[in-house]
Order: sequence, then C-alpha cells, then structure tokens
Amino acid sequence: MLISSDQIEQLHRRFKQLSGDQPTIRKENFNNVPDLELNPIRSKIVRAFFDNRNLRKGSSGLADEINFEDFLTIMSYFRPIDTTMDEEQVQLCRKEKLRFLFHMYDSDSDGRITLEEYRNVVEELLSGNPHIEKESARSIADGAMMEAASVCVGQMEPDQVYEGITFDDFLKIWQGIDIETKMHVRFLNMETIALCH
Amino acid sequence: MCQRCCPQRGPPGRQLPRGLPTLGSPSPSCSTTSISRVNSPHHFLLLCVRAAAHDKVPASGDGARNALIVVTVATQQPREWAQARFTTPWDAAHTLSAPKMSSEKIASLEFSHEGIKGFHLSHKVTSVVPESALLIVLGLVLGGIVWAADHIASFTLTPTVFFFYLLPPIVLDAGYFMPNRLFFGNLGTILLYAVVGTVWNAATTGLSLYGVFLSGLMGDLKVGLLDFLLFGSLIAAVDPVAVLAVFEEVHVNEVLFIIVFGESLLNDAVTVVLYNVFESFVTLGGDKVTGVDCVKGIVSFFVVSLGGTLVGVVFAFLLSLVTRFTKHVRIIEPGFVFVISYLSYLTSEMLSLSAILAITFCGICCQKYVKANISEQSATTVRYTMKMLASGAETIIFMFLGISAVNPRIWKWNTAFVLLTLVFISVYRAIGVVLQTWVLNRYRMVQLEIIDQVVMSYGGLRGAVAFALVVLLDEQKVKERNLFVSTTIIVVFFTVVFQGLTIKPLVQWLKVKRSQHREPKLNEKLHGRAFDHILSAIEDISGQIGHNYLRDKWSNFDRKFLSKILMRRSAQKSRDRILNVFHELNLKDAISYVAEGERRGSLAFIRSPSTDNMVNVDFSTPRPSTVEASVSYLLRENVSAVCLDMQSLEQRRRSIRDTEDMATHHTLQQYLYKPRQEYKHLYSRHELTPNEDEKQDKEIFHRTMRKRLESFKSAKLGINQNKKAAKLYKRERAQKRRNSSIPNGKLPMESPVHNFTIKEKDLELSDPEEAPDYGAEMGGGIEFLANVTQDTTATDSPSGIDNPVFSPDEDLSTLSRVPPWLSPGETVVPSQRARVQIPCSPGNFHRLAPFRLSSKSVDSFLQADAPEEQPRTTLPESTHM
Repeated sequence: MLISSDQIEQLHRRFKQLSGDQPTIRKENFNNVPDLELNPIRSKIVRAFFDNRNLRKGSSGLADEINFEDFLTIMSYFRPIDTTMDEEQVQLCRKEKLRFLFHMYDSDSDGRITLEEYRNVVEELLSGNPHIEKESARSIADGAMMEAASVCVGQMEPDQVYEGITFDDFLKIWQGIDIETKMHVRFLNMETIALCH
Repeated sequence: MCQRCCPQRGPPGRQLPRGLPTLGSPSPSCSTTSISRVNSPHHFLLLCVRAAAHDKVPASGDGARNALIVVTVATQQPREWAQARFTTPWDAAHTLSAPKMSSEKIASLEFSHEGIKGFHLSHKVTSVVPESALLIVLGLVLGGIVWAADHIASFTLTPTVFFFYLLPPIVLDAGYFMPNRLFFGNLGTILLYAVVGTVWNAATTGLSLYGVFLSGLMGDLKVGLLDFLLFGSLIAAVDPVAVLAVFEEVHVNEVLFIIVFGESLLNDAVTVVLYNVFESFVTLGGDKVTGVDCVKGIVSFFVVSLGGTLVGVVFAFLLSLVTRFTKHVRIIEPGFVFVISYLSYLTSEMLSLSAILAITFCGICCQKYVKANISEQSATTVRYTMKMLASGAETIIFMFLGISAVNPRIWKWNTAFVLLTLVFISVYRAIGVVLQTWVLNRYRMVQLEIIDQVVMSYGGLRGAVAFALVVLLDEQKVKERNLFVSTTIIVVFFTVVFQGLTIKPLVQWLKVKRSQHREPKLNEKLHGRAFDHILSAIEDISGQIGHNYLRDKWSNFDRKFLSKILMRRSAQKSRDRILNVFHELNLKDAISYVAEGERRGSLAFIRSPSTDNMVNVDFSTPRPSTVEASVSYLLRENVSAVCLDMQSLEQRRRSIRDTEDMATHHTLQQYLYKPRQEYKHLYSRHELTPNEDEKQDKEIFHRTMRKRLESFKSAKLGINQNKKAAKLYKRERAQKRRNSSIPNGKLPMESPVHNFTIKEKDLELSDPEEAPDYGAEMGGGIEFLANVTQDTTATDSPSGIDNPVFSPDEDLSTLSRVPPWLSPGETVVPSQRARVQIPCSPGNFHRLAPFRLSSKSVDSFLQADAPEEQPRTTLPESTHM
C-alpha cells in the first residue's frame, strides 16, 4: 500500500530478520534492535506497533503479535506525501499521521489525552537527560496542557474542567504546522544494517 | 516583544535597541540601598520589571516610574494580548504601516539581520525598496559628491578591507545564528547547488561569452578563453551579503531561504578555487596549462573546502572549550567569541583555504556550546555586537559599492559584453537550478516546486564578493580588467537593485509559501520531539540508515561526549530545547503581563499592599517538594539560559535583589518619617515640592484612623479576626471565580480590612454592575466595608480625581483603603483609562487564573488549593517554575 514493491521486499527482508524467520513478530523481537535501546520512548513506540487502533483492527487493546501485513500497515503511516495527491488526500494523510501520534499519547484508548497520560509521555521524552527531574517534566506537561486548553477551549469558565486533549483538539494544536518533514521516512536505498550481533 | 508598543509611545521604532538603555541606567528605586535583606525563600522566577522602564508610558505618571514591580509569574499567560493590543487604532495603523515589526518580536532569537540600519523612519520606502538598493543609490550620490569635489575617487572598496574587515562579521553572524537543524537537514541540496551549480554557472557563462566573442559581436578585445573563464568564475557565485540583504526582507519560507543562503555561503570554496586556478592559468599563459594543472585544480578544491571546514571546526572546538572555563572572567567572554572566530578566518586565509567556510563552520559548530556556556549578559552582548557589526559591515559594503562605481577610470563600456553577461548569468542560473532540482527532487522528501525554483533562480544575486575579486585582478595579466570591473559593477547593481526590487512583488505574485512567524509552542516542541524519536525508531526498526538515524546517532554522541567536554556542568543540566521553550514562554508571559499592566496605566493589579509579600501571589508557604526541582530553578542555576531581550535579561538577573530592595523601599516609605527640617533644603525654584509634610500628616492621620476603625469594628460587631479572615477568604474565592483574574491570592493577615477594600475597589471598577450582588451576600463587617467601597465608587467619578485621598472631604473610612506605602506622592495613580478597565479583566488572564485540569493523581499544581486555610493561589504554577 503506497510503498513500492521494492521497498516492500526490503521491509520483508527486515521483517524476517527481526522475527527470526517467523511469520509474526512479538514484542520481544524488538529488543534485538540495538539502536532502539537509546530511544527514550521506545516502549511507547514498540507498543504502537501492536496497538489495535493503529492496526485498524479495533478501538482498543493490544495485539500479541503482528504479521508482515500489520508491520506494513504501521510502516505506511510514515510514507511521504506523494506529489500526485490532491489537497484532500494530503489532509487525510496528515490526519492519519497525527492519529498515530495521538494513539501513542492516549494509552488507555479513551479518546482523550489526560494530564496523567501527557505527563507520562513527557517524562519519558525527557528521561534522556539525567539532569531533569520528574518534577520539571511534570510541570512542563502541566504547562503544555494549559496551553492546549487555551488553544482548544479558549477562555475557560473558572469552574470548567478540561478533561484532556481529544483528537479534534489535537488537530487544532497542529493547525498550521508543517509535518511534512516530521513524520516521513524515506524507505529508499534501504541497506539493511547488521542486526543481532 | 512587539506587544509592548503602546499608544503613548509615539512613532514606531525598532525594538532591538530599545532594551539597551536599561542596562546602563537602573531605575531610581533600584538604587535604593537595601538596608535589611529580606530573605526570600522562593527560587521562583521572580521577574522584576521596572515600571515605567524609561521608554514607555509617560501617561501613567511619575509615580509609575518609581514603582518597582516584582511579579511572580509562571504560567502560560494569555497570548491573546498580542492580538488584543492591536485593537487600538494606533496599533492597527502601526501594524499596517510596519508589517515588519510584528515579525521582529523574537528577532533576537531569529536568524535574521534585524540590525540597526538606516531608513528606519520611513517604513514605506523600505517596504518597497530593499535597503541594499537604497544604500547603493546613496553611495552613488555620495561618490558623485566626492568626485565633484576633487575629481579623484578617494574612497573605494578595496579587496583587503572587504575580505579582512567587512566580510568576516557578516559571515560569522550568518554562521553563529544559523538554524542548524534546517541547515544540516538540507545540506545535500545546498552542497549540490553550491558546488555543481557554481561550477556550472562559471563554465557556461565563461564559455558562452567566449563563443560570442569568437563570433565577433564584442569587437576587438584582448582576451582569451581563460580570461573569460576567470571572469565567469568570479561572476558565477551567488553572494551571501546580497542574498541576506534582500531575502531577509522578503520572508520566503525557511527551506527556500536556507537553500539559497546556504548555497551562497558554501559556494565560496568553489569560487576561491576556480578564481585561483584560472588566475594562475592566465598568469601561466594558456598554452602552458597541462592536464596535471587541471587535476591539481580539482584536488585543490577538496583541500580548500574540506580544509576550510576543518579549520572552522577546530576553532569552534577551541572556542567552546575556552568558554567553558571563563566562569570567573565573564566580561571577556564575548571577546573570545569574536577573536577566536576571527582567528579561524585569518588562519584559513593564511593557509589559502576557504576562509568563509572556516568562519561559517566555526559559527555553526560552536553556537550550541558557546550559548550554553557563556552567561546571559555575554550572550546578549555577543548577539547584539554581532548583529551590529554585521549590519554595519553590510551597510558599508553596499554604500561603498555605490561610491566605488563613481570613478571614470574603471569604466570601460562594451554593450554586447555587458548585456550578454547579464543575460547569460540569469539564463544559466535558471537552467542550472531547474536541472539540479530535477535531480534533487527524486531524493528530497519535501519537493521543490516550480515556484521555488523560480525564486531560487531569481534570487541568485551577485554582490560585493564578485566586485572585490574582480578588483583584485592584475591589470598586467588580465588586459581587459577594466571591462570586467565595469561589467561586474553593472551585474551587481542590476541584481541587487533590479532583482532586489522586483523579487518581493514576484514572491507575492507567485504566492510563494512565506515564512509565518509563530511563537514557539510548548506542545509543538513536545510533539516535535516525539516525532524525532519515532522517526529514528522507525528507521532503526526498518533497518535503514537515513537522515533521522544519523541525527539520532549524532545527538547521542553529542550528549555522551561532546557536551561533557565542551559544556559547563551546570549548562549540561538545562540544555534541553523543551525546557528552554518552557522557560522562554513563561518569561515572555511574565513580561507581557507586566507590560500589559503598564500599558493600561496602572500597576495596581500586581501590587500587593503588604510589604512582607511583595508579590500578590501567595507563596509564603513554598511547597518544598516542588521548589527545588522546578524548571526555573534549574534554569536559574544556569546563568545562560535563554533570554528574550535585554530588558528581561537584566531584570531576571536582578530580580531577587530588587525584591529585597523594594521591600526595603516600601518599608522606608511606610515607617520612616523624615524630619520636617529636611524639606527646607529641597528648595527648588522651578518646582513646587508637593507638600510632603502635609502628606506625612495625612498619612499619620490615616493610620490612626484606621487603627481606631479596626477597634471600633471589632468592638461593635464582635467579629474576631479569624472569622473575618475566613469570611474574607470565602468572598475572595467567590470573587475570584467571578472575574478569574489575577488579583491577590494572598490572604492579608495583618490588615485584612484594607486589603480587602482595595480589592473591592478594583473589582467594582472593572465591573461595577456586580456590586449589588456583593452587597447582598455581605454581612457584618463586610457590609460595613461594602458601604465604604460604594462610597468610593461614587467619589470615583471620571472627572479626573486621581486618588480619593486627595479629595479633602473624603469620608474618613475611605482613607483606610489607602495602603500605607501607597502614599499619594508615590503611588501609581491609575489613569482614567485604567480605572474604567482595570487590568484584571477576566478575559486577559484566564491562563493565569485558577484553572482545572482533570487528573486523578496528586496534582502538583492543584495542590495549591487543597488545604483549607490556604487561599487558592492564583498562580499555582509559579511554585514549580
């Protein structure tokens, strides 16, 4: 799907490499990717691969294992925007990409990023820097949440409670921001790098 | 910072220099000697803003000038101000007439040359004609005057001056403020354009001209193929100075800008090599050039470019290392930045490497570490000095280009040659761009559209580098030097003046994606960071080495090794983009919050009547868990965190001390009565000192009255203080809910009465129709007060009585409203406007106001309103700023 056959072949090779020639990949298989170790939000990313919402298989829950087709589905979230697409398709594509990110934040699949969830992600994002303590991360998340609320709801009544960022709000936050360079991976010249040493 | 413009301010001016005076001249109250140092327990972002900070709000009166406001603000504050403030006609006009201003908001953080150049006063002219073109014209006029005076071209742009003094600052500025991520993200594209494009331009232009020459169209010239190629090589290169000067006013999108600008910077190596090679060939004579020489030329290209880059990187390393150890010699830090980067330029010039590449890469590589290491003051100094030098040099260059042109001795006209050169450079540039883009688009993620290509072709401006190079030619070797010089001048003038003039309409007409200036958003940064990680993870998982993979690897390497070597330990802590943005936003909010107050003419809303708590946010009981770990604490530790502008920077630095000063100041104001005799010395012929004695008397009188009033009330109504306090608190909550503004979060313990009344007044001024409600729910002492307040409102007719205290027939009880330190002579008297619309109108501060987020866990910033006796803080977030 929207990835050329060459690339699919490449990805298939990679898939086999990851799964150890099995038809499906389990979470543990991702532990073998050495470069992933350093990624502060790796657990979230790996989880996203098994998220039913991303796999378009359901509205919540996690899959135990994914086959190659699922793998491709996930990968296709990162395809670059095609020049031949019209405006509507581009918007759709953009929405899809943002939905992927949204699902990553919204870990309990209730359609809202609550403050708690947001804090979680921010903490993980900043965990790469050992000098930043949890409190800082939390206050940043708080600040971001406030910002989100002010962007999405505008002026709030004092008694109003902002439940969390819904996907619509999420889109609002992203309004006007280019994600062309942010959410695309070129699956070109794929030289498979040495995996499991 | 643009929001700070207020109607009273007069004609629109540039923002950048405005902060400067604050550095040198602290406001009078700052110089108050601090007698007792109040030990403030808070590590929060204490932002002290000098009220009438020298340059604004004359209308708010002299009282405001002395006022020192300390405000603790930590939240995201209404960005709506930015819009709100442009609602007055003046602002609207200003926005229209000077569209540039709004983009200058964060000019200091931006990669742009918002310099201190001429022609500011007439924005209409500069919005049409680029400054560079104006400067050239001015130069021509000046040159004409000089020539008319003594018929000698006394002033010319000599290559030595240009290459050693004028060019380095511009290039250093470009490198030091280079948006690295953007630059390296497009490095491949830039390199292709810079290397292949320049070679292509040089070769085609030179060869075509030679072809036309052979056809005899140019008449008789003493030139050979090599001369043409030499000329082609020097005219081929796109000029960084010209590109910067023109593009900064056009505001095309940043990818387009970085490609054109990056090309103009990096093509220097090619230009240098081509120029040197062909010059030596010309010197040798055409027939003696062998294949070996050509190979040498190609090899020398790599040596020159890579060598130049290497020199730059080495010096950047050195510079970063040096700044790591300048903690105790802060004042020379800025010097190091300039000296060492200039050294890199000189060194590579000495080694005949590409000096421009060296200083560019020196700037690019060192910026991260230097900015982290040096103190904020130094960072600001570096920034301003660099911008100043760069724009100064730019101005001089263009002016001297104009002046140098007025010299009949260098002029030699050859219509065919000049016109064909113009045609060829434009046509081949366009062809080159289209061809290269065609190749590039197969690899680029973000495609370069046709429109982009048009702008890129059209933006290929030639400038002073070409001029300096052509002047360098030796007349002995290149016989037609003068023809080359005059053609170069024509080309430069044509590209800078004509293309510079037309590129803006062209960009508008083609609807090129413009760069929209947005303030950094915290969410955006966070999501951006998340995307980065996701992308690199995807590349890891899919097993390919891509751009993100490399970036990820680099940032890991940087964090593990480079930063450890090159950054101070304290700096390592807080060098995180997200933290910085967070901090930046908070600072900005704080500043505009206060600025808004100033604009409206009253600072009363940030004032607090009690002296032991200078801020109206209650943080007398700092939550121990949050204080130490707070972001701003972290950033405070690191002296060189981001700073927004000179003022804020200065203020931040002094905030704590100023807090104490202010406390002292008010204490003095409140409790110290000067001996009567002293006033006799203050005689001035022109000024009648307002009767200080009277003021004092009044003050004493008020105090006595207040005390009596208090005892009277408690005696009569039998309300003990605690009860009253509790009630007050309740009311306060209600009130706050109603206007969700930023009033005092502090529960006034020592003199609840007067504090409350003040608030009451504020409230009523802001929305008087609510007053009856209050009256209804009030009882006991509060009722009493309410009456008082209503009296006040009655007195506060818009007839211009500044402060009720001044009116002699004031009800006695009203006097108690005046906080002791707000003695009439010194107070911020709310202006008429401010009275009608006191700054704590709910809409503006909704983000500062209490605000709930749903959260199941212990909420760090909602803890504030948990305890019962603890009044709800209006700025809860401040606690962990």
